[in-house]
Amino acid sequence: MTFELALRAPELTGAGHGRDDTANHRLAVVGLTASYGRSPAITEVSLSLESRSVTAFIGPSGCGKSTLLRTFNRLHEVTPGARVTGAVRLDGIDLYDPRVDPVTVRRRIGMVFQRPNPFPTLSIRDNVLAGIRLQYRRLRPSGADELVEAMLTAVGLWDEVKDCLGRPGISLSGGQQQRLCIARVIAVAPDVILMDEPCSSLDPVSTAAIEELMVNLGRDYTVVVVTHNLQQAARVSRKTAFFTVAGAGEPGRLVEYGDTAGLFSAPSKAQTADYLAGRFG
Amino acid sequence: MKPADTLLTPRPARERVRDASARSAVTVAGLIGLVALAGVAVFLGVEGWPGLTARTGLPLQAANFWALAWPLAFGSFWAAVLGLGLAVPVAIGVALAQTWYVPRWAGRFLGATFDILAAIPSVVYGLWGLMIIAPRLAPVYAWLGAHLSWCPLFAGPPSASGRTILTAALVLAVMVLPVMAALCREVFAQTPRTTVEAALALGATRWEVIRLAVWPTGKAGVVSGAMLGFGRAVGETMVTAMVISPAPFLVGFGLINSTNPNTIAAFIAQTFPESHGVEVATLLALGLVLFVITFVVNVVARRIVRATGGRV
Repeated sequence: MTFELALRAPELTGAGHGRDDTANHRLAVVGLTASYGRSPAITEVSLSLESRSVTAFIGPSGCGKSTLLRTFNRLHEVTPGARVTGAVRLDGIDLYDPRVDPVTVRRRIGMVFQRPNPFPTLSIRDNVLAGIRLQYRRLRPSGADELVEAMLTAVGLWDEVKDCLGRPGISLSGGQQQRLCIARVIAVAPDVILMDEPCSSLDPVSTAAIEELMVNLGRDYTVVVVTHNLQQAARVSRKTAFFTVAGAGEPGRLVEYGDTAGLFSAPSKAQTADYLAGRFG
Repeated sequence: MKPADTLLTPRPARERVRDASARSAVTVAGLIGLVALAGVAVFLGVEGWPGLTARTGLPLQAANFWALAWPLAFGSFWAAVLGLGLAVPVAIGVALAQTWYVPRWAGRFLGATFDILAAIPSVVYGLWGLMIIAPRLAPVYAWLGAHLSWCPLFAGPPSASGRTILTAALVLAVMVLPVMAALCREVFAQTPRTTVEAALALGATRWEVIRLAVWPTGKAGVVSGAMLGFGRAVGETMVTAMVISPAPFLVGFGLINSTNPNTIAAFIAQTFPESHGVEVATLLALGLVLFVITFVVNVVARRIVRATGGRV
């Protein structure tokens, strides 16, 4: 892989982290329905995500929460036959406006996946820099080193990998790989970070590390986490949305959305209470 | 039956027999391949030995075997390399188009069309090259000779008939294209979805997805496809025999002039009907040389893939 690495842009001085810390990026979903072919996976969702905080999406399998998440960075439409109606607004602009390029959307809304997916042929260092290089952002040579160190430090990986940055990203353990993937996302300083069950393939120790990271990221970023782990939602999120599905072939729906503490202690809908109590799903 | 009993009971005889026979069948198949390969090499070595050592009675009154073999080996190699050079980029492009660019139905249509190319006999390709392609390329060669003759590859005088090694390479390229395109298509279609999504989610365009995810994982398969193509091109007889008008003992890189090196396969086919004794042994020894070329190229290509690992 050959990308040019040339002069730096002014915003990449200092810690090499170009995020505008004054921005509060709000993501608002309006009447959104996402389908595969003719069958909607999730329908009529409207909610507004708080900036600089973690929002959790919970619900039984098949309720469409991951599908919903994938509409936020326009990754849903990559699947053949997938369709979206309604609107997702980032700072007031509809991401599905015909003038909006999905590639641009994905450069501002980062995603962490269920399975760690570092680029198999790239080194640890190049994995961190992959997004920057895709965006043709310019870095001075030492800027790249600074950025790699800052990002790997931010995800708590620096001390573990600082002596082997040239090794392939996939030589790391699963938990380390997932942290590398998070470093890759925050290196491009996105407005929003989406996480699709980021701990579901990890052991408890790695899960704890990623959860701590989520809490930290929530201070600076608008973070959305899809999770099957209710305790995780309770631990890391400020707000929680609960989705459910009536049965196979039915579309998922948003049941309840509110402060995590309130939703877990005193859910306003019986369905939510049943799910939290483990009576279904 | 108690659990302890089931642990001690042997599995049914039928199951064991089936397992054992599958194992021996597969082993035998593998051995047949090895024995056939070794058998061909031994046969060529033993029967060709008199030709390797002969000083007189060689075809074309060659002084010794290597004086005859070297230009022909060069011709085979050069024609195959030129053919691959033309075919590999097209095969990669076609495969990428089928897997990543055109709609699914169009990809299938394209694939089926290319598969038909593989079913055409090589003598038909030879005729096509000789009667259709060569005359149409002659003016192109004239132009190349007039404007690019400073480059040794295009040294003149350009062939008026168009029957040059470049024409042969072009026909070879069309011939080896289908198998290479099919192999590339398969490996590109098997790019891990997780890696593709990783690239997309970082804001990669389709081309960047190909560079970041598709190419690194598919590269080894492309090399395998190229090796299949090389094997077919280096041993191809009819096309080179029909298209090239060879000059004896010639070693030259010129692409467009009318003095072209011959290839081993074509030389064997052309010379065999009137050969006796030492001449036949010489032709068999030439076959051994061809065998060794293919073998060495294969080994080297695989080494390169392994050594470069992820990078190109």
